[in-house]
Order: sequence, then C-alpha cells, then structure tokens
Amino acid sequence: MKVYPRMKPGSQPEYLSPDYKSTIVRAPLRPLIALPHTLSELTGPVYGHNPIGPTDNDLTLHFAEPPQGERIIVAGRILDEDGKGVPNAMVELWQANAAGRYQHKRDNHPAPLDPNFLGAGRMITDDAGNYRFVTIKPGAYPWRNHHNAWRPAHIHFSLFGTAFVSRLVTQMYFPNDPLLALDPVLHSVGDKDAQERLVSQFDLSMTEPEWALGYRFDIVLRGRKATPFEEHGK
Amino acid sequence: MNLTPSASQTVGPFFNFALTTNSALGILAGEGAQGERLRLVFRLVDGEGVPTPADSMIELWQADAQGRYGHVLDSQSCNADANFCGFGRLETDLDGTCIFETVKPGSCGGLQAPHINVAVFARGLLKQLYTRVYFDGEALNAGDPVLARIPEDRRTTLMARPTPGQGNTWSIEIRLQGEAETVFFDL
Repeated sequence: MKVYPRMKPGSQPEYLSPDYKSTIVRAPLRPLIALPHTLSELTGPVYGHNPIGPTDNDLTLHFAEPPQGERIIVAGRILDEDGKGVPNAMVELWQANAAGRYQHKRDNHPAPLDPNFLGAGRMITDDAGNYRFVTIKPGAYPWRNHHNAWRPAHIHFSLFGTAFVSRLVTQMYFPNDPLLALDPVLHSVGDKDAQERLVSQFDLSMTEPEWALGYRFDIVLRGRKATPFEEHGK
Repeated sequence: MNLTPSASQTVGPFFNFALTTNSALGILAGEGAQGERLRLVFRLVDGEGVPTPADSMIELWQADAQGRYGHVLDSQSCNADANFCGFGRLETDLDGTCIFETVKPGSCGGLQAPHINVAVFARGLLKQLYTRVYFDGEALNAGDPVLARIPEDRRTTLMARPTPGQGNTWSIEIRLQGEAETVFFDL
C-alpha cells in the first residue's frame, strides 16, 4: 500500500523556535501524538469554493492603474516527492507591496499603501503542475521580533495537495538578500538545504525582455510513496 | 526521483485579505444537507490563556452525515452528500473565536467515532497544528482507535460540548500551550 512518508528531521521547522518570539507562547509543549494515516488524513479538500478569475494570477492588473514597484514573474512547478508535477492544485499567494506594507488594517508600518495593489492572487496548476504569477517585488519590513528586526522580502504561498496531510503554507524568498542570514523564521528550519529550497532562483529564460525579471520557485508537497517507511509511534 | 517536501513557514499575521475573504467557507452544510445540523464554535487561546486576536485561521475537513468524504480515495465518495462541503476555513475574531455551520459527521472507516479534522494556522505557528474535534457523550467514542492512543486525562481536550440555550451549538477551546493543552497530532 502507498503511504505518506513521515517528514525528515530538520527539513521542517520546530514549533518552538525561540528566536522567533511568538512561538514561545504558541508552540505546544506536550509531545505530539503520532497517528497512523486513516481515511481522515489520506483524503483532503478539493478546493473549489472561489471561482478563479482570468486575472487572478496577475497582481498588477487588479486595479485601473499598475502598482508601484518592480514588476516580476514568479513561476515554477508544484511537485510531489517523486518529482511528478501536481496537476489541478490550487496555489494561493499573498505579499506586502513594494514599500513593505500589507493591505491589512493591523499593519501599521509607516510605509505607503498602494491604492493599485492588493497583494493577493491564486491560480490552478496545469496538467504538468506548472504555475505562473505576475506581481511586483515585495519590500522588506520591520517586525519588532527583536531590536532592528527586518523580514527579508518574501511571498507567502498556500497549497492543497492531494490529502489533509499534504497541506502546506510556506514563504518564498529572493536570492542574494542580506536579510536571509538574519531571519529567525527562515532559520527555524534546521537543515541548510531545506532553507535554500525556500529561496527562489533568478531565471533569465523566464525573464521577459523590456518587461520583467523572472524568478523560479518549485514547491514539493508530501506525496504517497510505494515503499512503506517504518511507521513510528506504534 | 526522491524529493524532500518543502519546509513550512508561518502564515504570519496578515493573511486575511488573501485567505479568508469568503465567509461562505464557514458554512459546510448547505440548504438541504442531510443529517444533524449544528453550530461549532472554536475559541483559540495561547499559552498565557490569551485569545489569538484575528491572526489565526482554522481549517476543517470532515465526512458527511453518512461518514463519507468527498474525495476519490473514499470508495463512498460518489454517494457523498452534494449539499455538503467537507472543507471549511475561517479566521478567528478579536476574541479568538470562529463559528462554523455544519452537520455532525457519521462514523467513517469502520471503527472511528464521529470527528472533525482540524488544522490551525497562526502567527507564531511555523507549521500548522493538527487536531480533531469529537462529540462529548457520543457512544462510539469508547471504541475510537485514535482516542485510545491518547492518555485518558487528555482526551477531554478534544471534546466539543453542547452550549445550553443556543440551539444545537457545540463549543470547543483549542489551547495551544499550557495547562489543559489541546492534544495535537503528528501526521
């Protein structure tokens, strides 16, 4: 029988990552209870509640005027653990504007809001698991986690895989950002390779002349494997 | 090929303009849904007993009143109730609360007692927390294989309880940490 292998140690963040201060009162301190995967975990929502509009994957077209900032293309593939594209997967993303401010009533960073940028998009992957968004490069912003704390520029991604256990919310970062080395959220992931996989790659072949730089970002979701791993927790 | 799943990162505090704009995702049971309709009230509190103010999100996944999941892996999925959607998603309000309208799920997979699968996302959670909601007083709880894995004194953290005087309303508090910390699962 095919199973979803357990996550490799270090490839995912720990709930309690004290350098990210908010985890200190929100991380569970009792051990998690391991469950074998039943029908409840092996099934999952087929997300289709909100119909997708034709411009939902171009965040620069949501208002009458284009937003401020550097237009970019963000594209890649949603893959399973065997490297196969995940077709028909809902990809949702959201981000701050070019000045590093979210369109959110509780974001009080003194940077300008952009009336022509909401910062939310979504689309469904094609038959090969490809997705492609046009947006603007988000700005870094301060976040009071510690003295002089700044989040590196990032774009949030939310994905549904094929099961309740493959649900993933993550963040995409940009290459060569000096803030990456200082970010407690990224560094909550222990494994360096796993950190690097959250950093997109500049891609000249995706870049469109006289128009926009291209960044490639592939995401791997949990997938069922033919080889059963030892089931722990028994 | 053998790839490692991408690392999770926190949903952060500022997701609602993207993820929870559609309040219809709080209504799983449409007009004509089969089964016992109920309101399910969640309240999410952190390790200091403070509600998570509008910076957390709860997602539900549940079977219909006959215990069928609307998913290809469920051999009963073709019969699943068309007026019922097994997925729900709401942000919590300033009091850490959100309210879903659903039906009591049927028993699924043979032995399992009626339960609702829950994923919690929040600022300060670097990956989602998985838990379940069971129904206090349900006779099938006694034979549920998941509840059997949990020390008896912690099982109560998964039990929704009826709220007197509010129709068929059930309530549960999810405590992220501390005394009476909710049982969370490693899936």
